[in-house]
Amino acid sequence: MFGNLSDRLSDTFKSLRGKGKLSAADIDETLRDIRRALLEADVALEVVKTFTGKVRERALGDEVSKALNPAQQVVQIVNDELKAILGGEARKLAFAKNPPTVIMLAGLQGSGKTTLAGKLAKWLKEQNHTPLLVAADLQRPNAVTQLQVLGEKVGVPVFAPEAGNGTGDPVKVSRDAIDFAKKSQYSVVIVDTAGRLGVDQEMMQQASDIRDAVSPDEILFVVDSMLGQDAVNVAKAFHDGVGVSGVVLTKLDGDSRGGAALSVATVTGAPILFSSTGEGLDAFEPFYPDRMASRILDM
Amino acid sequence: IRSLFGAPVDREDLEDILIRADFGVEASVEISEELKREANRQGASSDAELRLLLKDLLAKKLTRSDSALNLASGSLPYVILVVGVNGAGKTTTIGKLSKWLRDGDWSVVLGAADTFRAAAVEQLGTWADRSGSTLVRPEREGQDPASVAYQTVEVALSQNADIAIIDTAGRLQNKKDLMDELGKIRRAVEKQAQIAEVLLVIDSTMGQNAMAQAKAFTEVAEVTGIVMTKLDGTAKGGILYSLQSALDLPVKLVGVGEGINDFAFFSPEEFAKGLVAYKS
Ligand SMILES: Nc1nc2c(ncn2[C@@H]2O[C@H](COP(=O)(O)OP(=O)(O)OP(=O)(O)O)[C@@H](O)[C@H]2O)c(=O)[nH]1
Ligand SMILES: Nc1nc2c(ncn2[C@@H]2O[C@H](COP(=O)(O)OP(=O)(O)OP(=O)(O)O)[C@@H](O)[C@H]2O)c(=O)[nH]1
Ligand SMILES: [K+]
Ligand SMILES: [Mg+2]
Ligand SMILES: [Mg+2]
Repeated sequence: MFGNLSDRLSDTFKSLRGKGKLSAADIDETLRDIRRALLEADVALEVVKTFTGKVRERALGDEVSKALNPAQQVVQIVNDELKAILGGEARKLAFAKNPPTVIMLAGLQGSGKTTLAGKLAKWLKEQNHTPLLVAADLQRPNAVTQLQVLGEKVGVPVFAPEAGNGTGDPVKVSRDAIDFAKKSQYSVVIVDTAGRLGVDQEMMQQASDIRDAVSPDEILFVVDSMLGQDAVNVAKAFHDGVGVSGVVLTKLDGDSRGGAALSVATVTGAPILFSSTGEGLDAFEPFYPDRMASRILDM
Repeated sequence: IRSLFGAPVDREDLEDILIRADFGVEASVEISEELKREANRQGASSDAELRLLLKDLLAKKLTRSDSALNLASGSLPYVILVVGVNGAGKTTTIGKLSKWLRDGDWSVVLGAADTFRAAAVEQLGTWADRSGSTLVRPEREGQDPASVAYQTVEVALSQNADIAIIDTAGRLQNKKDLMDELGKIRRAVEKQAQIAEVLLVIDSTMGQNAMAQAKAFTEVAEVTGIVMTKLDGTAKGGILYSLQSALDLPVKLVGVGEGINDFAFFSPEEFAKGLVAYKS
């Protein structure tokens, strides 16, 4: 709409060129461009505010005033700070000392949980784990069937004692699944849960009951990369209501700028572990903070 | 729809409030400037006055004459094509809409032209059962969705049905092949019937990417109306303002839950009222 951030910044910097030193006013002008770029990338406003505050503080310091090219230095700071929030090295999945390792998936409706369950199952199986999928979404029409179809595709069994569509107790299913996994010596249990809104207290309670029933080693918060300003509310709700040990960003094969990544990482403080990049069951990779930083900044 | 305000309205904060509601920077600046001008003109300054002013301003700007579902022009069956990105709420919206139509004694045929997503056909089948509609399923797995769409219209014609609603697979707007497929589905339908509506389903938790979605889907599928889903959450759905004003696409329906009755026709007045309400 307004050209990407590099274009805008280079316009700003053009007018600054030759000055050598950046004044506080110059820096504020630059920060306005950055603020706008972040908002257009759907970074939540309060996150933008803290972020630009931090950048401003650093930009006013020595590293910029003494830099050969102060403008470039500001961009470098923005990049550094973004990467710091998005995480350094991608953390690996945590495995339990005593199997089974339990991975619980949680998130808003339609974010990509069930698809991710299939992807994780396939990926883990390829690494010689023996995963078990658990159909604990008994809410959404045919969520159980969906998981069964995916399980069959990747050759991983699905624990699905209830047909769902509004019947059955997902907490009991989850608890029974762990007993079953122990007895049958599965090494990893992946619990697919129903999509829920952060404000839905009953459903959030159910999620925390499932958590208590399965004692997960990982609670993966599955987030659609197209998410807008609501990302902060949603992340807070899941962080407080269920707890988040890691984040998975989905639908990164789209053309969204993905500012939600920054919002969610800031609010939960949890690392982003994986990117989901398609509907196919192989479309799944580690998360790369530097790529994400460029994507958000549109550079 | 939840209120925009956690605290009394402050003229200076208005732009931020709108940005937080996904109106986007441009529209937020535009609306808050206009509100300030209007407030000065009328000498409005109290919290209550500003809320009322904002409500009226938004309701006026959001009101348009083409927001009703087209169930009157052309010949039966009215064909409704439902499109959108992955997980937006297409299939659920079809379930709700067909229940509403069935309650109004329209006969409805649902076409499961999402032949891709795992259990998508079964999911639509559940909604067909719940709403009392006829389901047209693919004859084999992975069947060409355009041919399912064609068969759906064929069944609707042979049953003298009033409405045929075609569910399509979710697709991200930057996938050219998948987008082209929508054109193919359109043309398959048009061999036997006119298309009354192409509804683009937008998840209101989405941010500015909704604009890119609307542009791309309009180009290939000639969208006639927007459905904003998931407005029962904390997302405000402010993007619908730009969808209507910048892209000239009417919002027709809203989704407010996962239940079969959780939808409504879009009312600018109700939407604006919800945004400025005291209780959230
Ligand atoms: N393009 C793309 N589509 C995805 C990705 N992940 C999931 N999807 C699609 O998004 C839609 C929703 O995915 P699901 O896995 O059913 O999402 P969910 O979170 O389980 O949804 P609920 O159970 O209804 O809350 C489906 O059409 C998936 O194929 C991704 O990374 N990229
Ligand atoms: N809270 C809430 N959830 C909704 C609403 N509409 C749909 N959903 C949920 O969102 C998820 C996705 O809905 P679907 O109807 O399967 O979405 P879709 O667009 O058909 O998805 P794909 O076919 O996979 O692209 C499901 O869990 C629905 O129950 C709504 O208005 N409010
Ligand atoms: K929104
Ligand atoms: Mg699911
Ligand atoms: Mg669907």
